Amino acid sequence: MYVADSRASTSAASAEGAVRPRAGRRRAAVAPTVLALGAVSLITDVSSEMVTAVLPLYLVTGLGLSPLGFGLLDGIYNGFSALVRLIGGHLADRGGGRHKWVAGFGYALSAACKPLLLLAHTLTPIGLILAADRTGKGLRTAPRDALISLSSTPETRGRAFGVHRAMDTAGALFGPLVAFLILRATVDGYDAVFTVSFCVAVVGVLVLVLFVPNGARTTATRATRAGTGTAPQKTSGDTAPRPTLRAALALLARPDLRRVTLCALLLGLATVSDSFVYLLLQRRLGVPDRWFALLPLGTAAAFLLLAVPLGRLADRVGRWRVFLAGHGALLLAYALLLTSWHGTALPYAVLLLHGCFYAATDGVLMAVASESVPEELRSSGLALVQTGQALARFVCSLGFGAAWTAWGDRTALTASTVALALCALFALTLRRPTPSAPSEGLA
Amino acid sequence: MTLRTRILVLISALVVLAGVATASVLHASARADRKNQTQPGGPRVTAGTVALTTGSGSRMIFRNMAWGPHRDELTTVPASNPSGPRTASKVKCLRFYAAAGTGVCLQSVHGPVQDTYRAVILDTRLRQTARYDVPGIPSRARVSPSGRYAAWTAFVGGDSYAGTNFSTRAAIVDTRTGKLTPSLEAFRVVKDGRTYHAADVNFWGVTFAADDRTFYATLATKGRTYLVRGDLLARTLTTLHTNVECPSLSPDGTRVAYKKRVPGLSKDAPWHLYVLDLRTMRETPLAESRSVDDQVVWRDDRTIVYALPGDYGADLYTVPSDGTGKPRRISTAAVSPAYVN
Repeated sequence: MYVADSRASTSAASAEGAVRPRAGRRRAAVAPTVLALGAVSLITDVSSEMVTAVLPLYLVTGLGLSPLGFGLLDGIYNGFSALVRLIGGHLADRGGGRHKWVAGFGYALSAACKPLLLLAHTLTPIGLILAADRTGKGLRTAPRDALISLSSTPETRGRAFGVHRAMDTAGALFGPLVAFLILRATVDGYDAVFTVSFCVAVVGVLVLVLFVPNGARTTATRATRAGTGTAPQKTSGDTAPRPTLRAALALLARPDLRRVTLCALLLGLATVSDSFVYLLLQRRLGVPDRWFALLPLGTAAAFLLLAVPLGRLADRVGRWRVFLAGHGALLLAYALLLTSWHGTALPYAVLLLHGCFYAATDGVLMAVASESVPEELRSSGLALVQTGQALARFVCSLGFGAAWTAWGDRTALTASTVALALCALFALTLRRPTPSAPSEGLA
Repeated sequence: MTLRTRILVLISALVVLAGVATASVLHASARADRKNQTQPGGPRVTAGTVALTTGSGSRMIFRNMAWGPHRDELTTVPASNPSGPRTASKVKCLRFYAAAGTGVCLQSVHGPVQDTYRAVILDTRLRQTARYDVPGIPSRARVSPSGRYAAWTAFVGGDSYAGTNFSTRAAIVDTRTGKLTPSLEAFRVVKDGRTYHAADVNFWGVTFAADDRTFYATLATKGRTYLVRGDLLARTLTTLHTNVECPSLSPDGTRVAYKKRVPGLSKDAPWHLYVLDLRTMRETPLAESRSVDDQVVWRDDRTIVYALPGDYGADLYTVPSDGTGKPRRISTAAVSPAYVN
């Protein structure tokens, strides 16, 4: 029995109910590795969100620093973070699958940053510590997602990612709660928050080290590969690409992956960043200031509840279809923000659609991309797609900010809505859902 | 390693880590108990009546930061004896200001999920007359000399993973009509004679003139700060001078005291106090050599009062406004002063 199972009893239980008889014969539920990784993410997110939640308060009231201009380096850092992610992806593939250890290094690096926060009292070291923390996150993301995809069967991958994302989000919701409980029990208890955060992060690393098997790509995928035919490039006759840097870049020459990356990039270019969505909600729908900080929780709650069901749905009706439908939900959310109807239910509807968008796209995109990347380069390939998407979203937030200033929020949002609709249409024509629907391979 | 061994390793680690975590929380909450006990040698604080008009000489009202049962409450001392015994009001504020019988008190509200903040408008007897949500951590508070307008600034933090994007929001309320301008971003900015647009505009540190129409504030954009003059009627903001933060208008309306970013100082403490003559635009450095991060208060046309970090959070200092003299500490464990008559 994995410790992860008890921590994730709800997710595991709901996932169990989702097992279709065909898959059920082979694997009882979501792979233990996925549950273990989900537990690691849950624990780590509790730890990191604890810090994120109290950081502004700590800087301003705890240290008496003026945090303005603190974000100036964010732009530069975004580029660096993309590079880190690619490096993490590549390193994990080298040496025949070092996913666990690269991911573990990423988790450990972030954990080590927490006690350092106790020592830093000025802006520059704090900025460096946060950068190191985010470097850890960048390093671990692609190897972790590769491990998830390698340890689950192709036909249940959507669900596996759904379970992982649900656990991850649960941690993110829980973290701020823990942090504020500690602050409530103490006076200026930031040191206690950072210490507890560190202890929690260490537990996360330990669970990874102890309960995530290293050779994850052995049983699950190999056993089913021959029977499914969902990933033609992975048949045994194919010469396995060696995980060199050149091979990682050559992945983009694969039409499948190129299409996925291109679509993720284009759709990312029209995906307005979360903070803008919340600002728009507040401005256009008159959400009171008091509720402003709670808006991200609404999205996260919807994401948490929908990640598993939508992952299952993706396995059944086709992941690409669900991925695009997720952008449909986002489109609908934009449209609601643009309407002149101001009902009390509107903010809830927008947040639900926003969470639905994440549930239908975040893990599902990784499941889609996994189909087009050979095992030997899984981590590099996923890193490529993630990086493309992240950079596109960053460009979008810059453009959206400029458009907002120049033409106002309504026009900027209208432009994004049109852009998103066009990109979605383009994605529809570029790649038909057929090759990614695993049910056809099984039928 | 067998599964059994792994579980044992995890459980032992959990025990150790839980111990460390519990110890740190207990340590921090013991500190809470300590802070509720009056420290020896600190100012004497007793509960009493605090009013925003005295009728009998000038008084200073401020947030008391001395440890003890009245920590964080608004307290008052005679302006002539600022280090003397304090009278506490039971009203807790993070930031405070008052003029002509109107007070603005920025408070935190403990919610189930997290703390939120609000601005409370107080009447002469510190009774709440209106209440507004504040979207982030309170930073500055001001009331116009007539007592009609109140303003406050809050830091609004980023919500992304380890996000470091902060912005400020400056709000102004007409206490007579209750009309709130939640953000100065709604005003038209005129920079160098032209309407100015930028995505990264931030405002903070509002200070009001006596005419209930003019005010001054800091505008930050593209890495620079500007002194702006605001017009409440025309809803415009006009840039006047660069490198000005947290302006504070003198009672006679002719000068602005402010913190100026001085090259060569550390990034964490980069400001020195200056006074800008609004007619000649001449800057005068004040005799305080330490970095000050506060929106100063004019005690009268010749004297500036401001807070510097101290043993119990902050202490209040005073320095002449003409660049002469020496800084002098007038009160310990105190912040956010306002002088009332």
